[in-house]
Amino acid sequence: MNLTTATVEAFRLLFAFDPQLWGVIWVSLRVSLLALLIAAPLAIVLGFLLATVPFRGRRAAVIVLQSFLSFPTVVVGLVLYVLLARSGPLGSLGLLYTQEAMILGQAVIAFPVLAAFTLAAVQGADRIVRETALSLGASRSRAAFTTLFEVRFAVMAGLFNGFGRVISEVGCAMMVGGNIAGLTRNIPTAISLETAKGEFAQGIALGFVLIMLALGINASLNYFQGEGGMK
Amino acid sequence: MRVVSKILNATFACCFSTLVVLGHAQSPEAKKPDAEIRLATTTSTEASGLLGVILPLFERDSGIRVRVISVGTGQALKLGERGDVDIVLVHSRPDEDRFMAAGFGSVRFDVMYNDFIIVGPQSDPAKLRGLPSASGALKAIAGANLLSPNPPIAKFISRGDDSGTHKKELALWSDVGIVPKDIKFKPWYIEAGQGMGEVLAMAGNLQAYTLSDRGTFNAYKNRVGLDAIVSEVPGLFNPYGIMPVNPAKHPHTKHEAALKLANWVVSPAGRAAILSLKVDGQSLFTPGAPPVK
Repeated sequence: MNLTTATVEAFRLLFAFDPQLWGVIWVSLRVSLLALLIAAPLAIVLGFLLATVPFRGRRAAVIVLQSFLSFPTVVVGLVLYVLLARSGPLGSLGLLYTQEAMILGQAVIAFPVLAAFTLAAVQGADRIVRETALSLGASRSRAAFTTLFEVRFAVMAGLFNGFGRVISEVGCAMMVGGNIAGLTRNIPTAISLETAKGEFAQGIALGFVLIMLALGINASLNYFQGEGGMK
Repeated sequence: MRVVSKILNATFACCFSTLVVLGHAQSPEAKKPDAEIRLATTTSTEASGLLGVILPLFERDSGIRVRVISVGTGQALKLGERGDVDIVLVHSRPDEDRFMAAGFGSVRFDVMYNDFIIVGPQSDPAKLRGLPSASGALKAIAGANLLSPNPPIAKFISRGDDSGTHKKELALWSDVGIVPKDIKFKPWYIEAGQGMGEVLAMAGNLQAYTLSDRGTFNAYKNRVGLDAIVSEVPGLFNPYGIMPVNPAKHPHTKHEAALKLANWVVSPAGRAAILSLKVDGQSLFTPGAPPVK
């Protein structure tokens, strides 16, 4: 099967709502979005605090956070695997090879991206916004929300970036999910499997599906983001 | 700042050790090889340590350097069909016969064989120990789960990756009239889509049965907490074949050097090298063709 026919076939399956293909897409979407949902609130708070609250060792904390941006996802998977394995400390939870384990892993992977983007966004924000809010009698948390609202586009960019990182991530998903058909197989692990089988065209076709999916998600998020042009 | 300097120290240590490792990896290159060929083979030959034992001997005898691409049987054969490699060493006889019939290989030799084992939890919940055939054992797993499908009594993990071992498993199921496609998504039949080592780890973690080649199982058995439950019964032999890529299909391949490797692995020197790979005093592979198919 060549690339064109494989791609056409992949899109045919897509629009014929092939249960297996959509199952894989569903796993990818569900796991990535839930992971972002779990990671985002904490990461945004951490990023904001790092940007606004001075404390000893803040530089070090920022360096550590930014280093985690290049932390290999497969190492996240490995650490989680060791924790969740039957003989590991959390083995009794029976979480290994479940979607929950994948969500946990992807939340860990997305966390530094979201935090680092928020940090950069808040650092880049006009200091006057927060000071004005405070001087107008806003509470500290109210002022924080005002600042975050001012930099929402940059925080959104962090969400896009985090989504991009987890939706395309294979190392951790493979290790803690196990690529089990119908349960933990997502688009990247399915691509990895097709490659191992020598079905390169199918793998690339799945890659197109992933890109389409990312396009759809980003377009719909972008709708909420509004115009976001230069002011 | 102490945290930072610690991190920097650790980073430096990592970089340094990487450099050392790279340096060591480079040093055997110092001796210029006469030729270089690419061998596509299955993960089992690499993971079991076989290639690490026999290829240096061949390289020393022939002056030909062998670059190994270790993938699944399906991909190894595809690489051969495309002419991306010069020679393939795989273990799925029907596929090898198709590869030869389509003219992708110039010649095929029986290299060696080992056997498959049905491995599983020590408690053997499906009572497979002592069963006289491999397919009978698989049937017993399916039977045990009829009584209590959810949660299942005995889980089975399939490689699900079109590898030689996966194909072997499917053939064993079909011998007893069970079609795994129909049992897919049932909670006891888990399609992993991964390599042998990963599947053994998964079987250990889930206390499930699986089909493994003996070499990989021996290499992993101390780590995964599984026992050999059914072995050395009809249906479990695992022959390996080597096939140089046909130069008539792919003239750019290094057929002469590839043929040298094929001839060497079946020569007395090659056979002795294969036998010399031992775990616990037992050879992992037996040279030649298996006694029964």
